[in-house]
Amino acid sequence: MNQKLLLQVQDVKKHFMLNRTSLFGPRERVYAVDGVTLDLRPGETLGLVGESGCGKSTFGRTILRLIEPTSGSINFNGQDISHLKGKDLKKLRSQMQIIFQDPYSSLNPRLNVLSIVGDALKAHGIAKGSEIQDRVADILEKVGIHREKMRAFPHEFSGGQRQRIGIARALILKPQLIICDEPVSALDVSIQAQVINLLADLKDEFQLSYLMIAHDLSVVNHVSNRVAVMYLGKIIELASNRALLANSLHPYTQALISAIPVMDPDRKKKRIILQGDLPSPINPPSGCRFHTRCGKVMDICKTTEPKWVEIEPDHYTRCHLYEACRPAG
Amino acid sequence: MWWPTGFAMRWNRGHGNRYNMEKLLQIEDLKINFDMLVGTVSAVDGVSFHINRGETLGVVGESGCGKSVSAMSLLQLIPMPPGELISGQAMFEGQDLFKLSKEEIRKVRGNRISMIFQEPMTSLNPVFTIGHQILETIQLHQGLEKKAAKEKAVEMLRLVGIPEPERRLQEYSHELSGGMRQRVMIAMALSCDPALLIADEPTTALDVTVQAQILELMLDLQKKNNMSIMMITHDLGVIAEVADRVIVMYCGKIVESADVRTIFHDPLHPYTRQLMESIPTLESNQGRLKEIPGTVPSLHNLPVGCNFQPRCARAEAGCRLKKPSLKEVKPGHLLACDLVAEAL
Repeated sequence: MNQKLLLQVQDVKKHFMLNRTSLFGPRERVYAVDGVTLDLRPGETLGLVGESGCGKSTFGRTILRLIEPTSGSINFNGQDISHLKGKDLKKLRSQMQIIFQDPYSSLNPRLNVLSIVGDALKAHGIAKGSEIQDRVADILEKVGIHREKMRAFPHEFSGGQRQRIGIARALILKPQLIICDEPVSALDVSIQAQVINLLADLKDEFQLSYLMIAHDLSVVNHVSNRVAVMYLGKIIELASNRALLANSLHPYTQALISAIPVMDPDRKKKRIILQGDLPSPINPPSGCRFHTRCGKVMDICKTTEPKWVEIEPDHYTRCHLYEACRPAG
Repeated sequence: MWWPTGFAMRWNRGHGNRYNMEKLLQIEDLKINFDMLVGTVSAVDGVSFHINRGETLGVVGESGCGKSVSAMSLLQLIPMPPGELISGQAMFEGQDLFKLSKEEIRKVRGNRISMIFQEPMTSLNPVFTIGHQILETIQLHQGLEKKAAKEKAVEMLRLVGIPEPERRLQEYSHELSGGMRQRVMIAMALSCDPALLIADEPTTALDVTVQAQILELMLDLQKKNNMSIMMITHDLGVIAEVADRVIVMYCGKIVESADVRTIFHDPLHPYTRQLMESIPTLESNQGRLKEIPGTVPSLHNLPVGCNFQPRCARAEAGCRLKKPSLKEVKPGHLLACDLVAEAL
């Protein structure tokens, strides 16, 4: 790693404890994120895909310290942020922001746009009085909202415009990293392209890095430089967006890609139909977590967890089929 | 397991139906208004279409385009008021669905026409067991004894690929995963061998791998029963996978209608074209997407002239003068755009 890394996540785990079901019974855990190691280079967009319940949103929020990690370390700009508290944590917040999925529930209906976007400036003591208004107006224009709408409330905007306000709120503190948690999946189809393009423009203008979390591989793949595929709390494949499509290795990635409907009625696609549902993260399967649904399952998959191996430069996977290759790191 | 590992999804496509073009449902000039605080809005505005027997009709459109309202009105599921049926008839098996009394439409619902909704979570009743809900449908419509109905329910659950169906009958909806719930919905919808299945965004709330399972299941069962499907979705990929014929809706009107190949290979309406170009696909590289400017207009504040004109890349002054009507521009290809129609 000769490049300086913006974000370095080492073996992060987040287990949620459940309530006891009987008085002296054990407390069960949800293994939401179970040992994720990832890094993010400056100026990069890293995609994170997976099915609902695989832990991708929990992971995003753990990085932001909106959720406390159970174990593991998170390095941001070379500083371990996994135990920051108080003032230091607040300072960190201005460098990392998040865009939420649902533009209807993520904006406070009682606040006008000026407060929604500008309050962060006040909280961090960056600007005061009329300067706040100027800065908010600037950022709103960058995201395509007219400055005259500054006093309007969220209900006066359409879904796409609300998402733009959410983006403005994330941008106002000039962060280095923005975590986009399903930024377009709640929007109308004809609006999604606008928001994707806007995010791309802003990335260039503000030199941002994105962690793009989504379930839609076509969207993630379009915007990302590298894509990580997550299954039941673990990353099972990581590659550049081109390599992931052209040469996906893990059987789950292959199934995921083949399940995406193509917009061409004549294209006959060989489809891998997975059996069953995502197992519960309370009792994840032993060995490889995908073995219950995998078409290429072997005996070893049921007992031993596969190692993280680098198959080609920058193309990693976690599967016994490729165990013969050299281990990563 | 019940599903084949290969991909057998496309037997029933286009030419497969040519020998069997009997119309199952014919809708003429459907208009539905809603009384709202802001005034009366026209949710469905003069929509006519038909569905042939054994065919899958795809209905695409964005939120508020009237696709769900059209479908729900067929089973008289629109509360009136605030809804109001201004005009329209829906001929289905020799009777007009809109003229049926409450008793009569109840004999059609879940029996001849079934519906699957988007949210399997909210469309199952959480306080009754799965078994209770399936048995109710079967006993009501088929007049079976409880024991026979139970056997039928188990058979249906097995058909849709639910393991241990006898045990599942005792369970409640919260004990099932999203994909399993949607399967229960399908089992319930198909338990009386309906002639028409209305699927309103059946896979939108599901993950893609589960979506593939459910779509394959629906098409498999369609083949077995020679059933017609009205597939309502905003996902053009799903439409390309399953539909034989497609109608595209925008702001309560049909803007284009053709068979699935024509829609995807030779779309004529600017909305259809721009929509397809704006969607990122697995093949698209990191370039800019062609976005459609503006937003979907709200129904109480529709633009003058053509509804799509403010966002249309090809709009001219003439588009602001009158609303284009749906005309057949090629055999089987209907289009509501005067500009494109003239150029043909």
